[in-house]
Amino acid sequence: MLEARQLECTRGDRRLFSNLSFKLDRGQLLRLAGANGSGKTSLLRIMCGLVLPSAGELFWDGRPIRADREEYSRNLLFIGHLNALKDDLTALENLQCAAALSGMPADAGSALAALDRFGIAHCAELPAKVLSQGQRRRAALARLVLSPAVPLWILDEPFSALDVGAVVELERMLASHLASGGMVVLTTHQEVQVVAHAILRVDLDLHTTALRAA
Amino acid sequence: MIRALGWVLRRDLLLAFRRRGDVVNALVFFVIVVSLFPLGVGPEASQLRNMAPGVLWVAALLACMLSLARLYAPDHQDGTLEQMLLAGEPLVVLVMGKVLAHWLMSGLPLVLIAPLLGLQFDLPGDALAVLCLSLLIGTPVLSLIGAVGAALTLGVRGSGVLVALLVLPLYVPVLIFGAGSVGAVATGTGAEAHLMLLGGFLALALVLAPWASAAALRIAME
Amino acid sequence: MSKKGRFSWYYFSSPQSFYPLAGTLQPWFAALAAVLCAVGLYISFFVAPTDAQQGESYRIIFIHVPAAWMSMFLYLVMGFWSGVGLVLNTRLSSMVATALAPTGALFTFIALWTGALWGKPTWGTWWVWDARLTSELILLFLYIGFMALQAAIDDQRRADKAGAVLALVGVINIPIIYFSVKWWSTLHQGASVSMTSAPTMAKTMLLGMLIMALGFWMYSIAATLARVRCVILERERHTDWVAAEIGGQT
Repeated sequence: MLEARQLECTRGDRRLFSNLSFKLDRGQLLRLAGANGSGKTSLLRIMCGLVLPSAGELFWDGRPIRADREEYSRNLLFIGHLNALKDDLTALENLQCAAALSGMPADAGSALAALDRFGIAHCAELPAKVLSQGQRRRAALARLVLSPAVPLWILDEPFSALDVGAVVELERMLASHLASGGMVVLTTHQEVQVVAHAILRVDLDLHTTALRAA
Repeated sequence: MIRALGWVLRRDLLLAFRRRGDVVNALVFFVIVVSLFPLGVGPEASQLRNMAPGVLWVAALLACMLSLARLYAPDHQDGTLEQMLLAGEPLVVLVMGKVLAHWLMSGLPLVLIAPLLGLQFDLPGDALAVLCLSLLIGTPVLSLIGAVGAALTLGVRGSGVLVALLVLPLYVPVLIFGAGSVGAVATGTGAEAHLMLLGGFLALALVLAPWASAAALRIAME
Repeated sequence: MSKKGRFSWYYFSSPQSFYPLAGTLQPWFAALAAVLCAVGLYISFFVAPTDAQQGESYRIIFIHVPAAWMSMFLYLVMGFWSGVGLVLNTRLSSMVATALAPTGALFTFIALWTGALWGKPTWGTWWVWDARLTSELILLFLYIGFMALQAAIDDQRRADKAGAVLALVGVINIPIIYFSVKWWSTLHQGASVSMTSAPTMAKTMLLGMLIMALGFWMYSIAATLARVRCVILERERHTDWVAAEIGGQT
């Protein structure tokens, strides 16, 4: 279970948000909303433990995440707005490397199946630099297929650059992850149709306006 | 842990292999810099022989420093560095893997080509052997210290010049004992003491530099 | 320690409460520095005896040696505050480290400059690759690197932390560099004339040098306090208390 208490984030001289608290239980999806520059990506990076909040604390199963960052990292999978693909490696090599580094080595067969799930198995042997924007996104998202056991998925704009078919596939994957007790945090500009018993919504605009009023 | 190190190493070596040009360019840079010195100071053999250790070592410092730009910056740009920080493995181990790959691709080629360049400077056989040995022990130290500088300047504007400013002064002890060891052979005092001290630096750098580098990476990603 | 002591430590570790304290202390340290330097210079130029071998030119060591001492000492202090800032995450320590660097660089530069001035009459050249001068030169590079790194990073928090890591790496390296250079210079030119082992140091010479060192020390504190105040104002410019402070002065 992920819990945020009184988070605050400042970037340079600007305070992006403050007094942000929420709880995310198993099987729940958290959708971050907010205008551009409201701090969605910063909040995601705080939730990954990449950045320390300027105030407040995050707890994973009741323990502060900074107590053991590596242990916490093993419980989460982050796909940022960068696809984390090396241009000179093939889609397959990229996927296998990423999976191995996050402690879930995958053989070529299961990696290929994961790419197939997102419909890019035919590009598996192509270097990532020749893939289109949408194909690169799919290649990055294929990591999700290999990581059902990782409880917390943190996704920054996962639906961007995807076509309708891939969007549906991703929605289906998120739903099954939630159904099996996983947690998902995501930002998106599109309306998502994910079947989940609880969809939380945190609107960062509210937290910034509240601050300005105060 | 060792498996993660292996994966990073494999990945970086594979990438370097796909971009062989970068490795070759650094090596050619080394050869060119060394070859410029006789043109600058004249072809007098005894003078060149005296200068050779210093020239080769300074050129090795510069070549190693140039290749530091490739250590973290590409991973930073495409987001794979972020993933390494979230890998659930100690970052220090992954840093070790990257530094090892960096040394294999930038330091080791210098060690291998140095005897040829030493011949250009008319170095005798025993001096050539010590030169290679000193580079073999010393260049990993350059990679290790350089990794700290590269991590500190990650994503900073003007990082290319800045990394030179930070790292080159820290290279001084390696330069002194690396070049000194070859000089010591020439004067007949024996190079053991120099090489042992270089080994000491390597041990110290192996223990401390990956930590500093990992800390600097975390700071840079904030 | 006593409750009061702990309380004041925490109280003054906040920039807001340190600012007025620094303002109060700074003139005292500046005055102390002026007095000590005046006395020290008087002793060095008028009281200390003329050196039998080097004549009057040796008197430059009264500035050179204390400056060299301070330059190394200040780097250690900078490393200490950097370490404190990194471990305890206290903003003020990082600000002190930032404020120390230019003073340290200044003393390093003075040590180099006076070393060159001393070298001309003594060795007949402006620059010799003497162990002390060479390591001072490298120390200057380290200071410049620290300042350049902090200047190049826009994000203040990152600049503080990156500078701190660099300063700590430097602190570990300084003794290594120092002894490497020493080894190197003995190897290449045999026993060189060392400035500190100037033939039979008379008591008055030592006294002059110590007083000068103390004066430089006080100056460093005064300059650092003044600079910390500037740094605090700059970084806290958006807070209410700085607005009140500046408003009150105009």
